[in-house]
Amino acid sequence: MEFTFTPEEERFRHELRAFLAAQLPADWSERDFLGDVSRDEQRGVDDAVTRALAGKGWLALPWAKQYGGLGAGHVQQAIYTEETAYMRMPGGGGAGVASVGPSIQRFGSRAQQEQYLPRIAAGLDRWCTLTVEDDAGSDVAAMQTRAVRDGDEYVISGAKTWVSGAERATYGLLAARTDAKGAPQDGISTIIVPMDAPGVTVRPLDTLAGERDLSEVIFEDVRVPVQHMVGRENAGWYQMQTASDLERSGVGAISTAKANIERLVEAARDDDSLIGRNPSARYELADRWIEIQVGFNVSYRVPHLQAQGQQPDQEAHEAKLYGSELTQRVANTGMHLLGLAAQAAPGSRYAKLAGAFSQEYLRATAATVAGGTSEIQRNLIAQRGLGLPRD
Amino acid sequence: MDLGLNEQQELLKNAAREFLENECPESHVREMEEDERGYSPVLWGQMAEQGWQGLLIPEQYGGVGFDFLDLTVLLEEIGRALVPGPYMSTVLGGAVPIIEGGSEDQKNEFLPKIASGELIFTLALTEPSARFDEQGVQCAATVSGNDVTLNGTKLFVSDANVADYMVVAARTGKGVTLAIVAKDQPGVTVTQLQTIARDKQCEVVLKDAKGQLLGAEGAGWAILEPVIQKYTVAEAAYLVGLAQMDFEISVDYAKERVQFGRPIGSFQAIQHKCADMVTDVDGSRFITYKAAWCIASGQPAADTQMAVNMAKAWTSESTRRVVAHGQQIHGGIGFTKDYKIQLFYRRQKRAELAFGDADHHRELVAQQLGI
Repeated sequence: MEFTFTPEEERFRHELRAFLAAQLPADWSERDFLGDVSRDEQRGVDDAVTRALAGKGWLALPWAKQYGGLGAGHVQQAIYTEETAYMRMPGGGGAGVASVGPSIQRFGSRAQQEQYLPRIAAGLDRWCTLTVEDDAGSDVAAMQTRAVRDGDEYVISGAKTWVSGAERATYGLLAARTDAKGAPQDGISTIIVPMDAPGVTVRPLDTLAGERDLSEVIFEDVRVPVQHMVGRENAGWYQMQTASDLERSGVGAISTAKANIERLVEAARDDDSLIGRNPSARYELADRWIEIQVGFNVSYRVPHLQAQGQQPDQEAHEAKLYGSELTQRVANTGMHLLGLAAQAAPGSRYAKLAGAFSQEYLRATAATVAGGTSEIQRNLIAQRGLGLPRD
Repeated sequence: MDLGLNEQQELLKNAAREFLENECPESHVREMEEDERGYSPVLWGQMAEQGWQGLLIPEQYGGVGFDFLDLTVLLEEIGRALVPGPYMSTVLGGAVPIIEGGSEDQKNEFLPKIASGELIFTLALTEPSARFDEQGVQCAATVSGNDVTLNGTKLFVSDANVADYMVVAARTGKGVTLAIVAKDQPGVTVTQLQTIARDKQCEVVLKDAKGQLLGAEGAGWAILEPVIQKYTVAEAAYLVGLAQMDFEISVDYAKERVQFGRPIGSFQAIQHKCADMVTDVDGSRFITYKAAWCIASGQPAADTQMAVNMAKAWTSESTRRVVAHGQQIHGGIGFTKDYKIQLFYRRQKRAELAFGDADHHRELVAQQLGI
């Protein structure tokens, strides 16, 4: 048992920190946390960081070298996630690196691999994944968006929602129904859709914290060549279920929580009245700190097992569940500590910590929903992990 | 980063599990609840034959010379099997203080006999004030040469009823002072307490009791600090094993118990409890091992202290959540004494309280955070 990192991993961490210090504006993480970043600045930094990452070969860090990556180990990937989350780094590989690339590597044709993968690794194309629908939330396989074969083309109609990064994406990897007979899982295919294809409309969603990263994407008789299908027709659901071998530590949530609690601890040290008026908040801070340490262990267990050639599934769901609920506890603790002023939004002269926790509190509601709700995580832990019977 | 056990630890764990499944079944745990001594000399001897009492004791004193991380692995198994008796009292409360603060003569006199199972020890630290800090030690001591005379009451002293010796924390004008005190003498009166775990915690009244100095007069707390750290992590490790077993029993039960024509484990209400249990057990295990690793690998003192406090703060409450879920999943039979799950529930509370509950350690964490 060893709770330290190897010298190579430590070197990578230091190199990454130096990189982030050089690439991000000096006060970036603080300003981004406070919401004091304009949309244009956000995009500018995002572009610059993404280009710089590509220049170092880090954009597709986990991919095999043949696809333009560095073949990084799982623990190294988790360190990357931890450090970039801590600094609130914008940009990076996004869905292209995390899910589309691995899917094309595994199931795509040689032509698809040659066409798309180098451009993802070079930061030239951004991707989104087009999977979830309004009427099929956690029940993903119930999707109704259709891709109907018409000669050498698919004709796509329907709508996807809660899509991350759609506004800036060049391509989307769409999951659509290609067969309505039989079980819902048996009629789904994955298809590459250029986001500028006629009939594709991206409508940003207004979310609780005022961020505009999520969109609805509408397809009105969108035509794409049949060669855009990835893998086999009607096998899309099973392809999506095949877990990629990328790290699944969920350590980003823990790292963000750590940065946020550090902000609160610092505020409490600077302003005695915060805890003086509210002694129970002091214990909450201590509890959150302890929970963050628990979270790092639970998260790093996942890449540790992956590095041994195992496929930790239950463990990854435990980490996701734990990290997302911790995110909300941290937000609650921040609001508790800041008292009446906690509700004051950024811009209010009565806000504490510039009102940032009011935004964190709103953002945190998504943590236990996005990427699979806590209820789904618990179901998966119990059924797949512990072998409890499905209804 | 390596969260797995090494080969030696795997062997120790597997051997301990197999041995305890055979030698310390549920029936033995129940029997010892009713037993006046609370332990089986036969089992005690078998444990010594396997080197358990001497696990931490250097080979030159008749021990095995393993490190604290190895002991943590064994304690998890001891918690899993709810092994009754003075194992922790003797190893953490006797051998460790002597290793930390004993003279060469004391080490030669006591450690080989602890390792061989001949001697049972315990640590008499807490008093009616029920504090685990230095100020809690008020029992009076006077020192003359190597001899110590003690007057006061020590409370919640585990296994004092069967101990041959006690390491007593007392106070002189120079501060906290430790003494090794033979129990079998006129100045020592031991009374068993009735506790919910039916373990053998005792009141120990000292009236001009005689003992020998352990470490220098006034140096007692410095010796006790690493002892308390280790004992605290040991209790956390015991809790991890206890909670793991409670969880396994509960999941098995959820798969077997049929209500409304289906196993209750098919209900999401039960499934989600089980998912929370495993997340809590796993979280407890790694933060406990992190603290044990800090101790075993000699990490910086501040890091180690923080890790120990965090481990006990977390496991004290997370394992309470686990055993509470265990009770709920078992429904009515959970609160009958016939069924085994309650054995875990009652013992969890003992270990939760031992060496500081979550409040105690949370306060220390807050202090170390500078708030």
